Amino acid sequence: MKRVDRYLLARVDLPDSHTLAVYRAHGGYQALEQVLRKPWKPEQVTQVVKDSALRGRGGAGFLTGLKWSFMPDPAKDPRPRYLAINADESEPGTCKDRVLMERDPHGLIEGCLVSAYAMRASTVYIYVRGEYRVSYARLQAAIDEAREAGLVGRRILGSDFSCEIWMHPGAGAYICGEETGLMESLEGKRGHPRPKPPFPAASGLWRSPTTVNNVETIFNVPFLVLRGADWFKALGTKGSTGNFLCGISGHVERPGVYELPFGVTAREILEQCAGGVWKGRRLKAFFPGGSSTGLLPASSVDVVMDHDSVKAAGSMFGTAAMIVLDETASIAQLMEVTLRFYDHESCGQCSQCREGTEWLHQIFRRIVRGQGRMQDLDLLVSLANGMAPAKTICALADAAAIPTLSAVKHFRAELEQCVRLGRDPLATATAQSPEHHEAHA
Amino acid sequence: MNPVSLHPVSPNPASRKPVSLTIDGRAVTVPAGTSVLLAAQSAGIDVPHLCHDPRVEPIGACRLCSVKVEGARGLVAACGQQVAPGMVVTSEDPELAERRRHVLELLLSEHHASCANCDRSGDCRLQDYAYRYQADPHRFGVYVPKHTAPNYTALDQGILYDADKCIRCGLCVKYCETVQMAEALTFTWRADRLVVSTPGDVPLRETDCEFCGGCIRVCPTGAMLDRGAAHHGRAADLKKVRTTCAYCGVGCQVDLYVDPHKNRIVRASAEPGATVNDGNLCVKGHFGFEFVGSPARLRQPLIRRDGELQPASWDEALALIAERLGGIRQRHGADALAFVSSARCTNEENYLLQKIARAVVGTNNVDNCATSCHAPSVAGLAESFGSGAMTNSTVEIRDCKVLFLIGANPTEAHPIFGLEMKRALRAGAKLIVCDPRRTWMAKHADLHLQHRPGTDNLLLNAMMRCILDEGLADLAFVEARCEGFAEFRQNLEGFSIERAAAECGVDAELLRAAARLYAKGQPSAIYYTLGITEHACGTDNVKNVANLAMLCGQIGKWASGVNPLRGQNNVQGACDMGAMPHKLPGYQNWSDAAVRTRFEQAWQSPLPQSAGLRIPMMIRGAGQGTLKALYVMGQDLVATEPNQSDVVEELQALEFLVVQEIFLTETAKLAHVVLPGAAFAEKDGTFACSERRLQLVRKAVEPPGEAKADWEILLLVAAALGKPMAYRNPAQVYDELASLAPVFGGISHRRIEAHHGLQWPCPDSHHPGTRFLHEGRFTRGKGRFHAIAHTPPREEPTPEFPLILSTGRTLYNYNCGSMTRKTAVIDAKDPGNFVEIHRDTAKHYGIEPDEKVAVRTARGRVTGRAVVGERVRPDTIWMPFHFAEESANLVTNDVFDPVTATAEYKCCAAVLEKLPQGG
Repeated sequence: MKRVDRYLLARVDLPDSHTLAVYRAHGGYQALEQVLRKPWKPEQVTQVVKDSALRGRGGAGFLTGLKWSFMPDPAKDPRPRYLAINADESEPGTCKDRVLMERDPHGLIEGCLVSAYAMRASTVYIYVRGEYRVSYARLQAAIDEAREAGLVGRRILGSDFSCEIWMHPGAGAYICGEETGLMESLEGKRGHPRPKPPFPAASGLWRSPTTVNNVETIFNVPFLVLRGADWFKALGTKGSTGNFLCGISGHVERPGVYELPFGVTAREILEQCAGGVWKGRRLKAFFPGGSSTGLLPASSVDVVMDHDSVKAAGSMFGTAAMIVLDETASIAQLMEVTLRFYDHESCGQCSQCREGTEWLHQIFRRIVRGQGRMQDLDLLVSLANGMAPAKTICALADAAAIPTLSAVKHFRAELEQCVRLGRDPLATATAQSPEHHEAHA
Repeated sequence: MNPVSLHPVSPNPASRKPVSLTIDGRAVTVPAGTSVLLAAQSAGIDVPHLCHDPRVEPIGACRLCSVKVEGARGLVAACGQQVAPGMVVTSEDPELAERRRHVLELLLSEHHASCANCDRSGDCRLQDYAYRYQADPHRFGVYVPKHTAPNYTALDQGILYDADKCIRCGLCVKYCETVQMAEALTFTWRADRLVVSTPGDVPLRETDCEFCGGCIRVCPTGAMLDRGAAHHGRAADLKKVRTTCAYCGVGCQVDLYVDPHKNRIVRASAEPGATVNDGNLCVKGHFGFEFVGSPARLRQPLIRRDGELQPASWDEALALIAERLGGIRQRHGADALAFVSSARCTNEENYLLQKIARAVVGTNNVDNCATSCHAPSVAGLAESFGSGAMTNSTVEIRDCKVLFLIGANPTEAHPIFGLEMKRALRAGAKLIVCDPRRTWMAKHADLHLQHRPGTDNLLLNAMMRCILDEGLADLAFVEARCEGFAEFRQNLEGFSIERAAAECGVDAELLRAAARLYAKGQPSAIYYTLGITEHACGTDNVKNVANLAMLCGQIGKWASGVNPLRGQNNVQGACDMGAMPHKLPGYQNWSDAAVRTRFEQAWQSPLPQSAGLRIPMMIRGAGQGTLKALYVMGQDLVATEPNQSDVVEELQALEFLVVQEIFLTETAKLAHVVLPGAAFAEKDGTFACSERRLQLVRKAVEPPGEAKADWEILLLVAAALGKPMAYRNPAQVYDELASLAPVFGGISHRRIEAHHGLQWPCPDSHHPGTRFLHEGRFTRGKGRFHAIAHTPPREEPTPEFPLILSTGRTLYNYNCGSMTRKTAVIDAKDPGNFVEIHRDTAKHYGIEPDEKVAVRTARGRVTGRAVVGERVRPDTIWMPFHFAEESANLVTNDVFDPVTATAEYKCCAAVLEKLPQGG
């Protein structure tokens, strides 16, 4: 693996990295100054983001510049405009945004301001996962500091640009990380995702034009302004530019968040960053990008980590949250735990998701307990095919169906064996006892 | 990229753009903005759906309506996708059928699918689709009830929620939140435990639920039921009868579900898309039919013998009526007799009663309760425009951009008009409310002008002064279409906006802002009710409202005009039918020679020569001994006329009083003969609603005992009086009317049925009816401006009576309460009289919330519960008039508008009395 030119995590290990002084001492707010003082036209900022081919880091990998360009022309649309930052990082295995928010909050704030300038938004909301109390406190402190310094609020740096940033803590619902669920929650309603269309750019927060971006995505923007699109494109691969943050967890020696360029392989991340599978065991399977991406078998470990390659391997790049399983792990138990999560987190609007996650969970549970039936495997596939792709209001049904389909595809023999034996030989003892589940249900 | 609006398709045919697409190989053309689902439906293609309702924004949750659209990723929910030119849609194929079966099996897995004992069996879309796609309810396992604890409807008298039958489509929640805007229902929990409840799971009646019944009507399964109807019949057991609601003047189409074996109305519902109400109902329309089957109904004629009303036969009663009315006519002349017709009865019955008065007895002494309410609208708008009715239609409200409400509380008094206004507000309309009370609409208004009761003309004049000053008047319209402008303008010369604002108690800038907003609206429309008319200067008020509209050219257009919202189901019709002293049917002048000839020939009887009396004059005449006999059909004069104690004394002075009623009302108790009539659900006929639409009233059940339809009774009375009339049914009565009144010339029962109602004017049998009036030309030719000076209320506050008392309607009850108060749901919600008092005023009098207080005026004293808050101004108190035992009309002022004899119910001087508490 070639040497990594780190920029996302360049400041996080500095002492007091979360303060304005340290941030400024290391080049902070230069992008904002450049944009406002030179001044750049808002379209120029958007153009750099477009040229860079930056893809969203929240899981779907949508082109950020393209998303911004969906915002209506302010000359023709007088409604207020909003930028909402999705900091509700809740995808199992994902913890990358947390590092940025806790240790480099001004980086995000500068990103918000430059992005809001590009989209002519004068209000930014940062929707932070409720459990991220440190992130919330650090961000709020940073906003206060920045406001004090004239970097947030009215007439920023003496320019005509005014922008307010508001924090909003979540209350523990995974679904509020879905962009329309997030907007509903921000409006003070239940986090029930909205049907699309209309898309947020046409009718988002309070029915006004809104763009929702992930923390890491926005964090990239000041670097694009300062260093240019060509620099960015030189990092990574053709379809996936720049560096990304990879949070690797599970059965590895050194779990953590690592900054890597697109194009490294999963094996390189596992072996060179995370120190390999723990306890000298062998790799059984891994989620490449969080628990809602397709489970890949050990044989796929040489997959190149970029959007197109992971897709070709039958999964998704997702949030680059690799979850590694060693040879002792039970696939049935893994899926029981995973589906218990989705069953718990489905908002319950769509028929297939509300009941589908419930039945997927129940079926995996009976397989773990040794009460599965052979036809259950086909039932799992049938249920999952009824949920995905794109058959419901939001992608939560997909998130439950995709790992299910991949688990049955790659590990059908193991699941069938559980049914045949009437028990799951790999499952932990507690997983097999009914009391355990009732306590968690 | 405009946001999807709630109703992207305007009902205005002139503003629609067609879009063509292909669905299942068929070319379909629909207006732009239509959803794929509705486009398919319009082509007769039935795309299955459980969470779609045209009145709410797409929910998209059931996923049953998912279709294939060429070029789209995955499946597309047809309910939420707007049509696009050239779109190619596949709505059904084996793969979609498999997907739908899968969804249905999942829904059935959470559904207590015991159709055998379900009320909705046979009328359940889940059942229909499960059959259509042969869904297996047990494919995934056996249903285990998840919600066994009592829910928020456990103790409710109106609504029953069964979570085990709920499929979480979300329609009830969405309807409550966005259509009714009550926000009483919400989802609670999530995932497979998602269930409908109230915020905090409190009992329904402790929420803002208005018991509109919308949640029940939108439920696609048997999860939401009318508690009173539960287990009283399934779809196949009940007969559905479409009829017209018998409460306010909106004219909602209601479907009564009747058990024919028990002769009982089991429940009421309404159908989306049906004219006027689009499937919406208020608490009265949905729940308020219990009075029909009440044991208190009159079942046989009563005759006063030895001072007591005693049962009698029809023959005895009719013979007595013939003898006494005939005798009085002979001794004192025809004008010693008078007839009070009923805004609650059908057009045909009103026509017959006025015909009896004019052609059988020979007097113009016939009137209806419009005199108490909208007679100033009929008179004032006739003088200004040439016809006294709502100029626009209900359906146009949603296209209105600026709503100007003055003296109107539609969310309570005309809830479905209120709902249409809420729909306009959701679509971005601006709202101006001029009202002394902080009503729902006032709370949601962009501008609320909380003026002092009785200062409407000051307020209107100040607005018009501002419009003239700032050059916002539409002078081209005034020049081309109106007359009398110079005099009108002169009247406003030197008029001080500041001084008027101070007298109104409204900020002058607010007043100017309202004037600007209204004048600039594209378009604006005025809606008013009795806050304008029930004053001694009511007719002046109406003319001034008309002035405002003409000044800004905001009339004679789609969604723009002047709209008096009529208060009773057929008060429009009672006036249309000539149940008024000064007009023959169709607003024709009784003194016009050509008209007289036409009627005299048709009726084969000379018409009376002298002018007739309005109701208050009849009552006064009774007290003075000039009126000897009164025949009252379906109106409780005692409960509804001002200064009640005097009214009772005056009616007691009559030689003979006949009351034709469904209950023994306070007036009936004074009668010499009481005739048992039929309620709206027990007879055929037509009502004319506020938007001038004639709609059918259909018989659903038989009247109780010996009670008869009122038109049958009137035929018996005519025959008893020696002039039998040969009508076999109400349709024949209407045909006679249509032949005599050109404005209804093209209307017949058959055409009303075919067209789902017809709006007059409708001069010939090919005319489609008239949506809005005065397009291009006013009915009277030129619109007439009137110079209106402010007339203060006859009774102003004094040191002895320092407060202004105003009266009105609540959402739950209706007029004298004789119908609504027999419904348990309503009685639980609005059980007795109350007085709204501003918190500062309450403090001044030492009154605590909810304590019993008395209101005293120069005429009397009533008591009620104190409702303390900020709904009224500190100088004003307010009372409803629904409660006979504590009648507001014991204290209201019996002074009248000089033109129409409408009483000043809306303001009189009063004082609050703190009562000794405890005990």
